[in-house]
Amino acid sequence: MRVLKLGLVRGLLGGIMGWLFGFALVIGARLALGLPAKWNPNLVADTSTVWRFLATAFAPYEPAMVVGAIFFAIGFMIGVGAVTDWLKWARGIETPFHHGARIPGTPEWARYFNVDYSHKVIGVQYGITGILLLGVGGTLAMIFRLQLAQPELNFVQPDAFNTMISAHGMIMIGAILLGVGAMSNYLVPLMIGANDMAFPRLNAFAFWINVPGALLLSSAMFIGGWNTGWTGYPPLSSQAPLGVQYFFLGVFFIGLSSILGSLNVIVTTITMRSPGMSLFRMPIFVWAAFATSIIQLTATQLIGLSFLMVLMQRIMGMGFFDPGGPVWYEVDKWVGGGNPILFQHLFWFYSHPAVYVFILPGLGIISELLPVFSRKPLFGYKWVAMSSMAIALVGFLVWAHHMFVSGMSNFLRVPFMMSTLLVAVPTGVKFFSWLGTLWGGRIEYKTPMLFALGAISVFLIGGLTGPPLGTVATDMNLTDTYFVVGHFHATMFGGFVFPFFAALYYWFPKATGRMYNERLGQLHFWLMTPAFWVMSLGQIFVGTHGMRRRIASYEFELGIGDAQMMVTIAGFVIFTSVLIMLANLFVLSWRAQRAGANPWRSRGLEWQVPSPMPEMTYATTPIVVGEPYDYGKPGSTYVQFAPAPLAPALGAGVTGGD
Amino acid sequence: MAAGTDTLHDSYQWQTRTNRLGFWLFFLSEVFIFGGLLVARFFLWGGTRPDLPQIPPLLLTVALLLSSFFMFRAEMAIATDDRKTFTRSLLLTAVLGSIFFLGVMFVEWGFTVENGQLVLGNHIKPTDGVYGAVFYGMTGLHALHVISGVIGILLVWNLGRKGHFSAERHWGVEATAIYWHYVDLVWVFFYPALYLIGTAVGHGH
Repeated sequence: MRVLKLGLVRGLLGGIMGWLFGFALVIGARLALGLPAKWNPNLVADTSTVWRFLATAFAPYEPAMVVGAIFFAIGFMIGVGAVTDWLKWARGIETPFHHGARIPGTPEWARYFNVDYSHKVIGVQYGITGILLLGVGGTLAMIFRLQLAQPELNFVQPDAFNTMISAHGMIMIGAILLGVGAMSNYLVPLMIGANDMAFPRLNAFAFWINVPGALLLSSAMFIGGWNTGWTGYPPLSSQAPLGVQYFFLGVFFIGLSSILGSLNVIVTTITMRSPGMSLFRMPIFVWAAFATSIIQLTATQLIGLSFLMVLMQRIMGMGFFDPGGPVWYEVDKWVGGGNPILFQHLFWFYSHPAVYVFILPGLGIISELLPVFSRKPLFGYKWVAMSSMAIALVGFLVWAHHMFVSGMSNFLRVPFMMSTLLVAVPTGVKFFSWLGTLWGGRIEYKTPMLFALGAISVFLIGGLTGPPLGTVATDMNLTDTYFVVGHFHATMFGGFVFPFFAALYYWFPKATGRMYNERLGQLHFWLMTPAFWVMSLGQIFVGTHGMRRRIASYEFELGIGDAQMMVTIAGFVIFTSVLIMLANLFVLSWRAQRAGANPWRSRGLEWQVPSPMPEMTYATTPIVVGEPYDYGKPGSTYVQFAPAPLAPALGAGVTGGD
Repeated sequence: MAAGTDTLHDSYQWQTRTNRLGFWLFFLSEVFIFGGLLVARFFLWGGTRPDLPQIPPLLLTVALLLSSFFMFRAEMAIATDDRKTFTRSLLLTAVLGSIFFLGVMFVEWGFTVENGQLVLGNHIKPTDGVYGAVFYGMTGLHALHVISGVIGILLVWNLGRKGHFSAERHWGVEATAIYWHYVDLVWVFFYPALYLIGTAVGHGH
């Protein structure tokens, strides 16, 4: 059984066994108590089609389904081998850490399908999984954009439409979180001159828990779907089809990955920087990843809590968000009293800062690339570094601007409007720095640079549509329209997708040692960027002309059919252009010419070692002696390499242990 | 790719310092989920609380606080290589922690038979409006941490019994101890929020 040597296969088998165990455990306990297996005997499976059968067959067994899903994740993690070392530690067996394949003799390609502790392997695993999810979410978008291309179409049924937009939203968020994880896991240790993350085992765990998470999230579409949108507000989500439970659990496991991964990034940044790399000599991306991690570490708990509360309300009848039917809250009795507004507070306390999780690393990439391709120092380094921290911290104080019309206390509106508009200040610092860096530079329009510039233009659309939504008076009119959709997609593309693609092109030669095809890269850019402008401005236009969010159809009388058609066509152009990139990077480049160690003439630490990088990136410890972005300054150096490995700082000769 | 070693970052001391930082960050993260539950409690209960028997939770709280003392004693004992006190105190901590956990399970939650069916709810049921929801939410999440802590303590006890850990090398003990004190500290906030603060509201039957 050679296939069992692949962790992924073992994980899936373990997951299925875990699921069956959990499901049987609950049903068995129920039968042992003399109760019928079904919770709701009125629900019967519809056997007309396979699709309908899947969508209806599991609904009567909701608590067993939930427990099954939890054991699915546990079984997967045991099967894949992500907890093997920890279980050994618990029995007192020491597992000394080796750099290189965890199981000696594993072929290079198989490392990517197994638990591997190298941050480079884990970064690639994050990236590939993220791109896969990006493909799933993008395909869903293509399908429901066809439905919206013309008024009053009947291409996608309303139930399926609801499930698709909800799944598109959350799967894309999962994809972005994985992309962020890819960038921070791959780049942070390289940029600070470390050979790995501080906790390599935790790093592997944090990646692999995403896989059951993503599987649960995707499978939610098939077991009834859910109609709540990606926000999952109760009371709708407390009555939605069964799929909503797997959506909650999928998000829960992906969130666990966020928490553990960000913890690792913070500790790595604090403890593993090269000698001489003071905080203000760190590359800007490290600052961005650090600020991102602060949000991920803390706020993620709140979305987990809010989803867990709805989950428990559904299976245990715990009425957190249930006002109590026709009889409103009676003070002297233990009935009712739940409040859906509480869910929105808890949910947005994460989900607003989360958008800064999505964009801050991307904005860091832009700041990272502009000096390289302009051959000029980064304008206002300290201000840019601090602006990431400022966005992260102010981001904690703005969540209720999503709730201006939700029925929360009116007096909260103006303070949250003020704090929201405050975010524009550090963001403006970033824009100012980008323009200052470009100003008078000798700009080389290579693909990564084009995407960085495209990101700025697209993020500008997102930035300028923000204040109308953050201001109470205008938000009252724009809320829940396609204007919001336009704003959000512009910020996500400008803050994540464009910079992520820029990063893929930029670090691809470093990771593989091969250069991508520049002409195809340019083609990708020149298809995607104008198409995105059309799509974004089209969404904003239809939003201001009466198109509501999350509806499956709209009337002829709105007169927005042409604009909607443009949005759909632009969406397809973007989708196609991404396929060009995937072909360029993952198919064509295996025959492409070799890239040297430093094709971009970058000053960064990772560019001073050969491409592809050796297992131990820095065999000799790099010593930082100058500023990171002093491009074009004669005689300036950022990094020197020590002639021999430095002596261990502490406790020489001690390995492993309790 | 060749294997290698990272002399700068493989020493026990370096790893312990790093582990310590990581552990405290994990607690910082957990503050937010417990804090979120406290926010939910004040949002939904306001200035009221369910009228529940006071003596059992008080006794359980005493047991949990006492257990922290013995955990501290165990950690101090291993730091001076006093293995007997170390294993004994660990076992006492685990026993007191289990008393707390079982007390929450069987006294505070309780299981009763209603219409030939086993249901949760000696004094209060999960379905008792926001009172039941928040009560079971807070005690449930805390109890989950207590039982994980007890399991951790028993694992450390088992290793300690077999001769692992020493005065110089006992990060495993230290981590379990910090975790246990942390779980204890959470209860110091949860106990008054659940049982003491606010006007008691009866079942009203």
